[in-house]
Parts: sequence; structure tokens; C-alpha cells
Amino acid sequence: MSLSPEQVRQVAQLARLQLNPEQVEPYARQLSNIMEMVDRLSSADTAHVSPMAHPLDMVQRLRPDLVSETDRRDDYQAIAPETQDGLYLVPKVIE
Amino acid sequence: MIMPAGWEAVIGLEVHCQLSTQSKIFSGSAIAYGAEPNTQASPIDLGMPGMLPVLNVDAVKKAVTFGLSVSAKIAARSVFARKHYFYPDLPKGYQISQYELPIVYEGLLDIELDDGSVKRIGITRAHLEEDAGKSVHEGFQKSSGIDLNRAGTPLIEIVSEPDLRTAQEAVAYLKKLHQLVVYLGICDGNMQEGSFRCDANVSVRKIGAPKFGTRTETKNVNSFRYVEKAIEYEIERQIEVIEAGGSIRQETRLFNPDTGETKAMRSKEDANDYRYFPDPDLLPVVCTDEYIDAIRASLPELPEAKRARFVTAFGLSDYDAKTLTSSRELAAYYEAVVAASGAEPKLCANWVATDLLGALNKMSKGIEESPISAEAFAALLKRIADKTINGKIAKDVFEAMVAGEGTADEIIQAKGLVQVTDESAIIAAIDDVIAKNPQQVADYRAGRDKLYGFFVGQAMKATQGKANPDALNRLLKERLAG
Amino acid sequence: MHKHSIAELAAGLRDKKFSSRELTEAYLKRIAAHDGALNSYVTVTPERALAQADAADAVIAAGNAGPLTGIPLGQKDIFCTKGVRTACGSKMLDKFIAPYDATIVEKLDAAGMVMLGKLNMDEFAMGSSNETSFYGPVKNPWDPTRVPGGSSGGSVACVAAGLAPIATATDTGGSIRQPAALTNLTGIKPTYGRVSRYGMIAFASSLDQAGVVARSAEDAAYVMQAMSGFDPKDSTSVDRPVDDLVSGLGQSIKGLTIGLPKEYFADGMAAGVRARVEQAIAELTKLGVNFREISLPNSPLSVPTYYVVAPAEASSNLARFDGVRYGHRAEGAKSLEELYKRSRGEGFGTEVQRRIMVGTYVLSHGYYDAYYLQAQKVRRLIYDDFKRAYADGIDLILGPTTTDVAFKFGQNSDDPVAMYLNDIYTIAANLAGIPAMSLPCGLVDGLPTGFQLMGNFFAEARMLNVAHQYQQVTDFHTQWPTEYAS
Repeated sequence: MSLSPEQVRQVAQLARLQLNPEQVEPYARQLSNIMEMVDRLSSADTAHVSPMAHPLDMVQRLRPDLVSETDRRDDYQAIAPETQDGLYLVPKVIE
Repeated sequence: MIMPAGWEAVIGLEVHCQLSTQSKIFSGSAIAYGAEPNTQASPIDLGMPGMLPVLNVDAVKKAVTFGLSVSAKIAARSVFARKHYFYPDLPKGYQISQYELPIVYEGLLDIELDDGSVKRIGITRAHLEEDAGKSVHEGFQKSSGIDLNRAGTPLIEIVSEPDLRTAQEAVAYLKKLHQLVVYLGICDGNMQEGSFRCDANVSVRKIGAPKFGTRTETKNVNSFRYVEKAIEYEIERQIEVIEAGGSIRQETRLFNPDTGETKAMRSKEDANDYRYFPDPDLLPVVCTDEYIDAIRASLPELPEAKRARFVTAFGLSDYDAKTLTSSRELAAYYEAVVAASGAEPKLCANWVATDLLGALNKMSKGIEESPISAEAFAALLKRIADKTINGKIAKDVFEAMVAGEGTADEIIQAKGLVQVTDESAIIAAIDDVIAKNPQQVADYRAGRDKLYGFFVGQAMKATQGKANPDALNRLLKERLAG
Repeated sequence: MHKHSIAELAAGLRDKKFSSRELTEAYLKRIAAHDGALNSYVTVTPERALAQADAADAVIAAGNAGPLTGIPLGQKDIFCTKGVRTACGSKMLDKFIAPYDATIVEKLDAAGMVMLGKLNMDEFAMGSSNETSFYGPVKNPWDPTRVPGGSSGGSVACVAAGLAPIATATDTGGSIRQPAALTNLTGIKPTYGRVSRYGMIAFASSLDQAGVVARSAEDAAYVMQAMSGFDPKDSTSVDRPVDDLVSGLGQSIKGLTIGLPKEYFADGMAAGVRARVEQAIAELTKLGVNFREISLPNSPLSVPTYYVVAPAEASSNLARFDGVRYGHRAEGAKSLEELYKRSRGEGFGTEVQRRIMVGTYVLSHGYYDAYYLQAQKVRRLIYDDFKRAYADGIDLILGPTTTDVAFKFGQNSDDPVAMYLNDIYTIAANLAGIPAMSLPCGLVDGLPTGFQLMGNFFAEARMLNVAHQYQQVTDFHTQWPTEYAS
């Protein structure tokens, strides 16, 4: 599977990555090489194999329904790029 | 709205129902409504690096409770997946949800239509997921503010089959579902606060068409009335587009309550490649048969069963039974009144459904805010049952109780309203009436039966309404007979 | 002092030969003297270190010292440290000061260890050469023209050069073992779920596991003991007691059966490395270990499986870096879309972007089944290979860690696939979730090589014991790069 520059642009859009125009072609080439290597997966016979999401054969542990967090907004927002009145700011969202 | 001839609508609803847990689904943050922005957002909720989710036991229990209440299957193994899209109210860039393996699937809900018929609506699935935060647009020039207090609030998303055909059916389904989740105590049902929200999938087709038309999804319609309006608008719009030779785009739309219209949402345009995959930070959720059985055993009586029981056990009409089981609190109130008063269940039903609900309605209060407790109300009905007061006087006592003048007995005592059962007192009153109205007595005795009511009224008046009606009738007839 | 083992340092502290403050100051001095050339530390934290050292000295004086009280270490900059920048090798987090500690940071602090600073690494742990770090490459102390390996390049370089007695590290596809092999260290990646991932910045959640790089198996055992254990804050943490790793080191390994996967000894390994690994097998044979050839037939598919699973999870894990709540934010973005794209375009380096794009692609509509789902199935086949081997009476598996000695800077930097093949022997253990370690087996042309042991689930104690027994009869691990020997 090789990726065209157009596909690279689409994937970058989906992943919200701003690419410089001159990056697109090398990325297309490198991603194509990677996908070509990855294509070897299709050689495996997996008709009767169940997918493995996780190395542990465990089940989800459940947490008691308790409030354990206190308000530490000031600490958390000390590292925020832009806040006002306790809100995180982003460029206006148009609906 | 009148459906144009030859067309039908196909409607499926996705209901987001906030679970009334103490803490969030994956973190120990509180979920209280109305807190200062971002004061209930922990590093997990903020999607900070290295933070990991751990599942809330009560969220699972509430989801299973819901599933059992709609006769659904409970997945022995369900899996959390990540649903990816970029939006500022979604801190991790993905929402933790369930995709291929939801915890609840294949349920059903019977709804009652206006003509009294019952329609069965399929519930495809109900899955656990986390809520997103909120964007605040007011008060900023070029910015939006992001409040992540709501992010991570536990939700179940209840997805119906496309079994609904009209906006009215959709509303009936929604109301039934709302009543159910509130009954179960898994959701506070507060639609204004967003605890119970609905997205409507609507398409139209020519009757008899083999396939469904292209559907649109109208988001976050937060009242029953808006759901009806939004669906009706969509149906009309879609038919108009198609009849004008156009075609419907599969898209997400937003309902504007001010205009009653829906509009395509720009921000969701390229959000349809969600790249779901199993969340590697979470493991499969396992519900054993023992666990499910234990929850089943603790399920409260559901509205329909309660309504049927009220008809058979209390001899109520279906109408009264429906009214009295419309909420779990009201039904419990009624049952407490019956038990404590020892009065006729039918009498209790009349009093609770008519007088009490009428009074509460005037005060815009719910049963849980009633100024008269079930015990106090029962004490009033007890005095009717033991003939201390008659029904007419009881209405006055009730008014006084609503006004906070005291208990039934206190009011009866204070106002001297005890029913007169002393026959000599009643006879004295009757004799007095007879003595004062010789002409009417003569006419009555001459055959003018209609005058009987006049004598009852006069005699009652003479006892200030306190005469026992049965005794009064019997004695009056005796005396008039001469 | 910088050549002492952990046990020797602990004894020295206990016997008042030196204080933790003196020890810490000595290391800070070595860092100041040597790290300019190596670039192993991204952030040195002298104040925090000296405060911890003084506290440790008080504990020692009170006679309450544990085996690690007062002993310095370096923390890979992937572990969140409250109040200290945690950058994860990325411009994205250049200004990120975590408001919380990772569980392992808490645990090692509680054990009385002294954090000297935060260690350089490939950006978001994506790399095998430490060349992808925003903070510049780390030099290999054995040859500054060569890479130290990655992603835990800072961890290995600082320990190999004696700028910390031991360091934490993480391993998603070999990021502990490969750099350990290239710098003559002992590095262990425990069983998935053995060490908490809470507060460790995620690369690929189902593969990431924290461990250590050390100068001996014994040193590693001490710190692994303190790091391991159940953490209720991590759903994938295993609730199971930790074996006594240190006291398990004295046991005879006679009669153990070690499997040699034929696929690992096929073509691809440099001759010098092969000779060294074979010599290690001979040494272990002398100790009474039986060797048996085994087959892990699906191991050739490890690299393609990994390069679907890891980027897929990474693309998802890195979606949170959007410039809104923390981290790099592009200046002057006019729209939300622009804010996202430019913050992420500027904040992530090219290797990270490549992997995000690969991961986004393999998860996207129409490709999921062919790539992600198929990779998950092949992952099961790889896992089953190991299960079968261990069920068949194999106690441990041995193979090379790397195909060759450390390569030169720039050698693979324009060819991602060639770079990815560096992980060919190490990836399978992550896919299967089993513990694995690398330990030194001698120099080739003056450059270190290592070999790898892979254990059954939770067989850390057995693995460390074999490594320790081997290190009792060999002295490869005691060799120092000349420049840092004194």
C-alpha cells in the first residue's frame, strides 16, 4: 500500500497536523515504505484467530463511587496557555 | 402537523442519560451541577499526560439496572473503545465509549399511543460512555471558553431501533424512557440541566419504499416539546427537498428553539471518521450471571407493573392507577396514605389524585415538596373513614392543612368540626327546621318530593355542616313522614 | 564512588563512610563535568536532590534506612514529576510542569531515593537512537560519534558514564533493552502490568512498561523491587504480590532449560554480535543450564505488527496534545482548526508526526480490518508462540538484543524502516507482554553488545537470578568506557 501526497494531506488533516508543503512528498515516500513493510501482515493466516487487544487476560477492575478529588483548578491552570475566569480559552467556536 | 399523503417518516432516537453517581465514570471528581468552571475537573478529566481511567462501579450497576428494566440482554463481556475527534470540550481528543460490544443490547419498551393502543419499540443498545465538557460563547469577543466540569460524567446512550413513525410516537417513547430512568433512580431526569438529552435520527420515504431514506441527526434537543418540533420540522423539510427534486445529505443538524428550525452543523462536517479501537487503558467489563441476578433482584417495581397492581389490589380505575404511578414518589405517597389511613383505597385515590395533586399543581410543586406528608394526609382521611368528619368538612380541613394551620385533628378540634352523630342533636335540628317551615312540610307531605333536598340543606346548615349525612337522612325521612 | 554498586552505596551510607548529601553532590559534580558532552540530562534538579538527600540522611541517622535510602538515580523524562518539568523529549511539553507525580516517582521517593534530574529520550519515546529528542541527541559514552540507542538514550548514557548509579527507563518495543545493549548495561522490562503506568506519559498503552537500566542485575533487582506492585490508579496494573527479587538472586540455575529461538539466530545478526551471544550461551552452559532450540514461527511478523499497533495507539494517545489546556500552543491562531494544526505541527517532531499519521491511517475507515485488526490477530499468534514454548518446558528464552553494535549518528535517520528494524529482536516481548532483559556479553571492536533473556509472565525473579549468576562468572558488565572510568 503506497500513500499519495493527497492521502498524506488527508491523514494529516484527520490528525490535525499542519504540514509544510515541502514535507508532504517525503512523508508520502516514508509512509509508503512503512506501509509496504506492514503489508507483510497480510501473509499471516488469521482466519481462526481472535484479535488480541491486550497482553493481560484480566477483566476491568471497578473503583468505588467516591469523590476523591478536590478543587485544584489554580494548580492545573497555572500551566494552561490561556484562561479567563476559570475557563480555558480557544479561538471562537462557530456552530 | 399533517403528514403529506404517501409519505412516512422513520425515526430513531439516541438518548444520552447522565447517571446519578457521586463521582465521574473514570475519575474521582464530583459531578455536581452548577459548580464554578473547571473546579470539578481533575487531571484525568483534563486529559493530562500519563493519566489513566479507572471505571466507577456504580456506573456499571446503573447501566445494568437500565438494561434489565427494558428486558435487554446484558453483555457478559463489554469493551470500552475510543472515539476520536478534535473538539475543545473533548480533552483527550477521544471519547471513551463502547462501540462493538456495548454493555446492554436488544431491549424493548412498550409505549402507549394517543388512541390507547400499545406499540413496542426496540432498543438496539445502551452503552456506557463519558460526557464531554461545555463550550461557553457568551461574554467573549474572539474566544470561546471551555468548562470541563461535565467532562467524564457517566452517561448511558440509549439507542432505539428506527421503529418510530411520528413525532408524537417519538415523544411518547421519550417520556416513557424518562419516567423509567427516573423511576429506577439511575438518572435525575433534569432535562434543563442536560441530564437527559436526545438526538433524533429522522428520514422520510414513500410509503411502501423498500429502503429507508437518507437520515439526518438532529442534536441535543432538550425538551419533549422541542423534540416534537424538531422532528416535525425535519420531516417537512426533507419531504420538501425531495419533492423539489433534491436529495437529503447525511449530516448532523442542530435545532434552534427560537426559530423552530434545524440547521446543518459546520463543525461536525469531517468528524465522521472516528477511528474507533478498543481502549488499551481499560480492560473488558465482565458481568457474571450472579452479578446480573443480584441487580435483577433489587430492581424496583416498574411503572407498568405498579399500575397493574394498583388496579387489581386497590380496585382503582386504569386512569387513576396511571396517574398515581406516574412517578415513583407519588405512588409511594399514595401507598403510604392507604396503609396509614385505613380508608378505602378508592377514596384515598380520589383525594391524592384530585385534591392533593390539584393543590400541588397550583403551587407548582412536586409530590416530594408536598406541604402535607403522607402520614398527615392519612390522618385526615382517617377522620373521614371513622366518620369524625364528613367529606365536605374534610375539604375545608384539607385547605387549612395546605395553609399550614396544623394537623387534621388540630384543625378539626380548633374549629369544632367534629361530625354530629348524636341523634338527639340532629333530631332537634330537624324539628327546628320542620317547625320553621310549615308550608314546605305541608307541600312535601302532599307529594312534592323535590322539596326533600331543601330540608337536607336546611338541617345541614343548622348543624353547621357537621351532621353525619347518613343519620341526617334517616332521621329526616322519619320526621317528615310524620 | 561512581563505580559502586547499589549494595555498596547502601553499605557506605549505613556505615557513615559518606552521607547521601556527599554522594549526591559527587554525582551532581560529575554531571556538571561530563554531561555537556553527553547530553543525557534534560533537567538537573540539584535543589530537589539535596533536599531529598538531607531527608535520607536523617532517616539513615535514625536507623530507619531501607536498601535504597539516600541512593541517587536519574528519572527518564517520561515520568511526571510534580513541580519539575516533564518534557518527554518534545517541544510540545517544553513548558509542561506536571501537577502530579507518577506512581513510580512516588514509590522511589518513598523508598528514599534521590532524584538527580530528568533524562533525555527520543520524543515521546519514539525512536531507537535518541536522535528524535527536541533536546538534541544523547552521545554514547563508548563512542561519541555513535548513538546510545533509544528511546531511553539519556538513561543509559548517564548510567554508563557514571552520572547516576541507576536510572529508570521505559520500553515499548525495546527502548530499555536496545540502548542497554549498546552501552554495556543491564536493562530490564518487566511483565506488562507489573509496574504502574500512572503518570508515565503514554506512547502505546498496551505495550509500554517501565523498568530500569543498571550496571548489574543485582542493582536492577533492588530498584525493580521498589518500583513494582499493584496500583489502583492503573486499570492494567496487576494485583499480585511482587516476588522477592533481591533474595532470589542467590539460587543455582543448574538444570534450567533455556530456549534458543531459531528465528533469532538466522541471518541478520552481525558476526561479532553472534560470537558474543554464543559465548554467553557457553558461559551459561558451564553453569549447568540446558539449551534447546525452539521455534517462534511468527516472530518475523513482530516488526510489522508492532508498527501497526504502536502507531495506532500513539496517534490516539497523542490526540490530547492540542494546545488548549497545557503544552505548546501556536501563536495567533485565528480559528480552532488553525490552533490545533499549527500547535501540533510545531510541537511534534517529524518522527512523531510520521507515527501519528501511520496510526491515524491504519485506524481510519476502510483500513481498520486490513491493518489494525489483522495486527491484533497476528499479535495473538506471536503471544501463542511464547505460550507454547513456556508450556513446553522452557524456563527462559535467550537471543540477541540487537543485530549489531551502536550505529553512527545520521546513519538511519532518513530511512524509518531501516531504523525500525533495530527493534527486530526486542518487539515480540512487548507484543506478548512478557518480561525481558538485556545484559552485556562483551565488546566488539571496543563497542558493547548484549544478549536478551525473555521470561514467562511474572518470571522477573528467575530472569534476574540467571542474569546475576551469569554476572558472577563474567566481567563484561564491569567494563567502563575509558573516558568515564575515573
